[in-house]
Amino acid sequence: MAAPGRMRCMYIFNRNGVCLHYHVWYRPLTTLSPQQDQKLMFGLLFSLRSFTVKMDPTSNNKGHLGVPQLPGQGCSFHAFTTNTYKLSLLETPSGIKIVLVTDPGMGDLREALRYIYSNIYVEYVIKNPLYVPGEHFRCELFNAALDQYVKTLK
Amino acid sequence: MASNVYNLFIINKSGGLIFYKDYGSLGRLDTNDSLRLASLWHSMHAISQQLSPTLGCYGIELLEADTFDLRCFQALTGTKFFVVAEPGTQGLDSLLKNVYGLYVDYVLKNPFYEVEMPIRCELFDLSLTQLIRKDKGVIGR
Repeated sequence: MAAPGRMRCMYIFNRNGVCLHYHVWYRPLTTLSPQQDQKLMFGLLFSLRSFTVKMDPTSNNKGHLGVPQLPGQGCSFHAFTTNTYKLSLLETPSGIKIVLVTDPGMGDLREALRYIYSNIYVEYVIKNPLYVPGEHFRCELFNAALDQYVKTLK
Repeated sequence: MASNVYNLFIINKSGGLIFYKDYGSLGRLDTNDSLRLASLWHSMHAISQQLSPTLGCYGIELLEADTFDLRCFQALTGTKFFVVAEPGTQGLDSLLKNVYGLYVDYVLKNPFYEVEMPIRCELFDLSLTQLIRKDKGVIGR
C-alpha cells in the first residue's frame, strides 16, 4: 500500500449547503454515509462561524448567536487542528466553501486554497459550459489538475 | 510566552460552563452568551471527532480565526479548558497545562467544591490572574 501523502479529503459546498464535490485521497475511517457526513461537515462549519462571530474579542457589537452571516461578515476562521487532522477552509464572497482535510502537521493552506479556487475550480468547473451551477459536479480534468497540484503541497 | 490572552473558559464534562473570565477583550460576554458559547463549543468539539478521517481523534485543539486563536485542552475526565488569544500567540498549550495544574490544586482539592459546579474559589481566581498577567510579556498591557 502506497504511503499516504498529507491529503485526506476535500469538500466543496455552495452557499445553500449543497455539496458540489467530495474528493477523497486517504480516509480509512468513515463513520457516516456520504450524505450525512457532508451535511454534518456543513453544519459544523456553519456553527463554527456563528461561534467565531460571537467570540470575536475585537468587536463589541455582534448581534445574536446563530444569525446566519454573509460571507465576509464578522470574524471567520480559516483552520482548525485536532490530533488526527487539520481542516482548512476558504469561503469566497459568492459563498463557495472549499474545505481541505489534511494531516495535522500541514502548514497554512490559505494560499493553496485560493489557488485551488481560482486556477482549478473556476477554470475547470465554472468555465465549463456544461456545468449547472448549484449542482454536484464530476469532472475528470478537475480531478487530474487537483491531484497534480496537491502533490506539490508539503 | 502568551502575549495577549483575551479570555478563558472552563467547561465540565457535560458541556456546562463552570468558569469564565475576561482578561481584556472588547467583546466581554454576558452570562447568557458565555453559557451558550460554552455549550456550542462542547458540541462542536464532539462533532469534530466524528468527522475525523482516521481513528483516535480527541477533538479540536486549535482554532485559527481572523482576529483570534483559540486553544483547547481536554483533560482525561472530559473537562475542557480553552483560551482565546491574539493570533499567533505561542505558549498557549503550556499555559493551559498550568491552568489545569491550578485547577487541580485550588479547585479539586478544595473540600467545599462540588465537582461539575461553577467554580467560586477565590484563590483559584487570584493565582489564575497572576499566571495570565505574568505571561503578558514585558511590554506591559
